[in-house]
Amino acid sequence: MNETKYWTWHMGAGAILLFLLGSHMLIMHIGGLVHWFSPYGGEAISVKNSLFRDSSLYFAVGYVLLLGIALYHGLCGLRTVLFELTLKPAVERAVTVFLWILGLGLCGLGTWAALAAHRTALLGAGG
Amino acid sequence: MPEISNKISQINFHITRYNPETDRVPYVKTYQVPARAGMTVLDGLHYIKDNLDSTLAWRYSCRMGICGSCGMLLNGRPGLACNTQILGIADTDLTVAALPNFPIIRDLVPDLWTMLDKHRSIKPYIIRADETELNDPSGEFFQSPEQLEAYLQFSYCIKCGCCMGACPTLATDLHYLGPMPLTAAQRYNSDTRDDGRRQRNSVTGAKDGVFRCHYAGECSRVCPKGVDPAKALQLLKRGLVLDYLHVGHHSEPCKKLQGPGRGQPLEGISPVPDRTV
Repeated sequence: MNETKYWTWHMGAGAILLFLLGSHMLIMHIGGLVHWFSPYGGEAISVKNSLFRDSSLYFAVGYVLLLGIALYHGLCGLRTVLFELTLKPAVERAVTVFLWILGLGLCGLGTWAALAAHRTALLGAGG
Repeated sequence: MPEISNKISQINFHITRYNPETDRVPYVKTYQVPARAGMTVLDGLHYIKDNLDSTLAWRYSCRMGICGSCGMLLNGRPGLACNTQILGIADTDLTVAALPNFPIIRDLVPDLWTMLDKHRSIKPYIIRADETELNDPSGEFFQSPEQLEAYLQFSYCIKCGCCMGACPTLATDLHYLGPMPLTAAQRYNSDTRDDGRRQRNSVTGAKDGVFRCHYAGECSRVCPKGVDPAKALQLLKRGLVLDYLHVGHHSEPCKKLQGPGRGQPLEGISPVPDRTV
């Protein structure tokens, strides 16, 4: 049943990614035009607009979620591709452990970055 | 009644020969076979055996698409030699080889034990908690036509191995269970008399189980009995996920027939003969 767990969460993560990544793409590409989470107009990726979004807890949590779910979905897919190489069981276990460590490490780093940006934005907003 | 053409065409049978005891690698040998409408590939092989080369080896039995013995690669596509007409797939040349993804015993004879071992591992039989009733049934189990329909097409499988020969995943990973055993698992999982789904889940949901399927669909295209293994595998995946999430409906295996005889023989109907085995 182990593969069932991986596959189920992989599919679930894919479904959530559709929403999170879709929102992210919309905000990045048309947010600036329609002032959607980009109150200062212009480019959605301008410093002012970015700081506005970073100061929101909703966005901080959203970034961490997007990162964690994308990492799980991507690395799980990579694991499946690697397993297609018909590796030995010991190598498969090592690959799984390595990808978990890599994923958790990157997720930790990204979470720290998102929270740091949130804190910085709040400090900036406070003057 | 339409007339059947008696025209004879010379067809070149390019047959992949291999004897592991004498040959290092398989090689192709060509035979000329006079073919007319209605002749099957199996007839052509018999012609070669009787008139051209008595050393050619292949496996067959029923000659009517039932036993599943004569599965082989015909013009690059797995199929049964006995229900494939020569002129239906060849104008001048026909390639014949043993089914891929199996070790070759000799010439066109694949070693099907790899498939049959995997088939055995998924417990392809009715499993019930009430084992006494299973081994010594006291009556019939009720099953509606709709419940029968859920697994009927999957029970048409004749274990010929054509789907296994066509599977691209199996071609690169011989440990993968493959379409035939997994379809058999779905056949029993969806049988309302069965209660062994969770036992099979540990095999079908394992590393070499159903999640290795890429859904190429070749298994369904080549099946000579019209079974749809690709669909069975998708249903199997769904069942595994629902079981994992505990959101599937967990119906009890069906009960005894509660009809006029309440599972017991009716008066005036002859009893079942004693067992001979």
